[in-house]
Amino acid sequence: MTENGIGARLVRKEDQRFLTGKGNYTDDITLTGQTYAAFVRSPHGHAVINSIDTSAAAAAPGVVAVLTGDDAEADGLAPLPFGASLTGKDGEPNKAPPHPVLAQGKVRYVGDHVAVVIAETLAQAKDAAEKVAVDYDVLPAVTSTAAANAPGAPQLHDDVPDNVVLDWEFGDKAAVDEAFAGAHHVAKLDLVNNRMVTNPMEPRAAIGDYNTGTGDTTLYVTSQNPHVHRLVMSAFVQVAPEHKFRVVAPDVGGGFGSKIFVYNEEVVCAWAARRVGRPVKWNGDRSEAFLSDAHGRDHVTTVELALDEGGKFLGLRVSSKANMGAYLQLFSGTIPTLFHAFLLAGQYTTPAIYIEMMCVVTNTAPVDAARGAGRPEATYLLERIVDVAASEMGLDPAEIRRRNFIPVDQFPYQTPVVQCYDSGDYNAAMDKALSISDYAGMEARRAEAKARGKCRGIGISAYIEACGVAPSAAVGSLGVGVGLWESAQVRFNPTGNVTVMTGTHSHGQGHETAFAQLVTERLGVPVENVEVVHGDTDKGPFGMGTYGSRSLPVGGVAIANACDKIVEKGRKIVAHILEAAEDDIEFVDGNFSVAGTDKVMNIGEVAFAAYVPHNYPEGMEPGLDEKAFFDPMNFSFPAGCHICEVEVDPETGTVEIVKYTAVDDFGTIVNPLIVEGQVHGGIAHGVGQALTEHCQYDDEGQILTGSYMDYTMPRADNLPSFDVDYAPTLPPHNPLGVKGCGEAGAIAAPPAVINAVVNALAPLGITHIDMPATPQAVWQALQTAPAAAE
Amino acid sequence: MPTVSLTVNGKQVSADVEARTLLVQLLREHLHLTGTHVGCDTSQCGACVVHLNGKAIKSCSTLALQADGGAVTTIEGLADGETLHPMQEAFRENHALQCGFCTPGMVMSAVDIANRHGNPDESTVRAELEGNICRCTGYHNIVKAVQSGAKAMGG
Repeated sequence: MTENGIGARLVRKEDQRFLTGKGNYTDDITLTGQTYAAFVRSPHGHAVINSIDTSAAAAAPGVVAVLTGDDAEADGLAPLPFGASLTGKDGEPNKAPPHPVLAQGKVRYVGDHVAVVIAETLAQAKDAAEKVAVDYDVLPAVTSTAAANAPGAPQLHDDVPDNVVLDWEFGDKAAVDEAFAGAHHVAKLDLVNNRMVTNPMEPRAAIGDYNTGTGDTTLYVTSQNPHVHRLVMSAFVQVAPEHKFRVVAPDVGGGFGSKIFVYNEEVVCAWAARRVGRPVKWNGDRSEAFLSDAHGRDHVTTVELALDEGGKFLGLRVSSKANMGAYLQLFSGTIPTLFHAFLLAGQYTTPAIYIEMMCVVTNTAPVDAARGAGRPEATYLLERIVDVAASEMGLDPAEIRRRNFIPVDQFPYQTPVVQCYDSGDYNAAMDKALSISDYAGMEARRAEAKARGKCRGIGISAYIEACGVAPSAAVGSLGVGVGLWESAQVRFNPTGNVTVMTGTHSHGQGHETAFAQLVTERLGVPVENVEVVHGDTDKGPFGMGTYGSRSLPVGGVAIANACDKIVEKGRKIVAHILEAAEDDIEFVDGNFSVAGTDKVMNIGEVAFAAYVPHNYPEGMEPGLDEKAFFDPMNFSFPAGCHICEVEVDPETGTVEIVKYTAVDDFGTIVNPLIVEGQVHGGIAHGVGQALTEHCQYDDEGQILTGSYMDYTMPRADNLPSFDVDYAPTLPPHNPLGVKGCGEAGAIAAPPAVINAVVNALAPLGITHIDMPATPQAVWQALQTAPAAAE
Repeated sequence: MPTVSLTVNGKQVSADVEARTLLVQLLREHLHLTGTHVGCDTSQCGACVVHLNGKAIKSCSTLALQADGGAVTTIEGLADGETLHPMQEAFRENHALQCGFCTPGMVMSAVDIANRHGNPDESTVRAELEGNICRCTGYHNIVKAVQSGAKAMGG
């Protein structure tokens, strides 16, 4: 292994600036002549706008402009798009009602964007926003996922009857019906996948800037994918032509999906800057994040599993509704459908699977991808029903899983739901997790806890996910409107150091370090001489950005391929200079040598020769600067086994996680330090969903959990330290042998935790508890539990 | 407009501010010390933690005028020139940061925890971090870093 290359536990290059307060987040940027935007937001869940009187606001001190939906329409701004086309049971495409940048005629959720005030200072903008007089006729609202299409429910959009934007199905219904008809046992469960607010710690922000001399628009924005932002704003919203539009995503303080999408405020900043002729800055506060960031999850589901007498799974049937919020966000409709249904085989050989998924609109903030995006929902329902079946059939949860795992000798394994898993060894991961967690010793610990008055339980989650999104042809055939390759440019500078430009974006994932390690491994250049550049459409090639745990499996391969092109060109240059045959040139650890001789040139010398080509191959272009685009052949399939152990205090309903074990298959690991951090964070996100987090609205559309006083983010004292280990297999389709790792914890953890809670309470007759299993929810369940009185 | 005078990272500063100006606004907007962050509006997340007269406070819920005559240390003032403070170094060595947004407040709180507890055990650190929210790390490495940094600070 090259020093500091693949596998090195290297501390991060980016940490110095973050640890010394020198990070450069969007709100840290101040442009000359900058103005400030404050949004007038709907206080109602659902209302008709009769009129908007901006005169008092426009006359307020310091106000530069007050803009409404009419102004946006007059300037030719188009609505925000939904980036896919899905086909429903009826053969018709999904409905995608218009999502205006500023409301026109109606508001559909609390926080919906009605107008914007731009002023000299933020305080003046906020003060003046209070003076915008909006005359509303308040309408009845619907916020419940389950009730969104109930008879008589208020209809949000004229062209969306019953609030159903898509009634979708997938799988072999007849085969599933047959499997259930012949089943020895059917397990059935109704469950809720609770709505979450994604909550990266940096709130969203944007600064628009328009250069009247060049006609160029620049947008600084909290984005996971600056090129996608530019593309969507250019091609669909008509903000500015792509070649006259630069999008910069500087340091971004976490994303977790919520900063993929193009939001109203960002469009407004870019547009308004041109209109007022000065930079326009908007920095969202946390309350605005709760109101208008895209939320996650929010499914209500019935799941049924058919089994034979040996506990083999025969068929899976899922009937679900997913809340899309008031409008379809950029990728929202794809999450409960494509990214959900195609994971329903899990790690199992279930031969027949059928899902029907109804996507509904409600008077709530839009819902879209959030860490895991569809895969946590699939894993949760699957790993819960497996535990229910095990309990009902008297099988150990580990044993029922083992009986149904895809055997290691059957890879590549074609599931009945599109995905073809390329590698995995599910027994190996579970065995290791069972060992680390001392699963065998559980009954003794349960008895010991019981003696202390505590209910102790253990829960298994054997998850798989499809990430590294992904093959363009595959997603295109499914109706997604983008390609999902990734790009890289590797540039040797004349002095021998390297600048790497990636189309991905790092907002915590450590690309500046991990990608530098890849280059060090490939080119033998010291890691401190490699600089990774991302987040600016003016630097480097067009790229698709970071989400779906794709940066290393897709973007990393593009970097490696660009490195290989560098070596190939270097070989030709060296062959010429050293007067040897190209086939005789070897490249090892940064040095080109002529086989069988002591003639050597370091790659740095080659770079210099490429830029000062005095003695150079005839006809070859100068320079050592290569670009690569990589479109993978398949998704990436990380998998593993997480085991959670809890103690429940039956007096208070409090759940304490006493031990958490994660054994994951991420293939080859580039930087174990970074990967462990990704796993820890993912688990915490999943534990948050399972135990504390729940975004709730009342029936009128008021958000009840609109701050950190009401929405319970997991804190340090809600969590234990985690035991993290690996059971790797190498994915044959990925040239680096890597798999994505960023979402695994958030996918695996919720069922591990809830299975543990239910296992703890099973002796009291409790068979299910919905997320989040707060003390109140657990205590309530205990009050009505069949055996609680005993 | 009232004038506020205080020491920030060892330098005497003064500024004319509106009375409603928060300490974090003074730091970020008047003094351009943008290392101190604002992550919420209910004094919960702790991204804004700085030291005032040696104690950790939330600068989002302290008026600039309340710091008049005081000594403030921000994340920018923690390192000794090029040499990181032991707590900063511990955060780096333990990979206790990812996106970096909560990090300044987390580190300033961590130094305060070490000052008050010497060598705190894991449960003390977890309880003491109640006022600092991180979405990236799951706290595992932060807890390790606080313990390791506290030890390096001399217990």
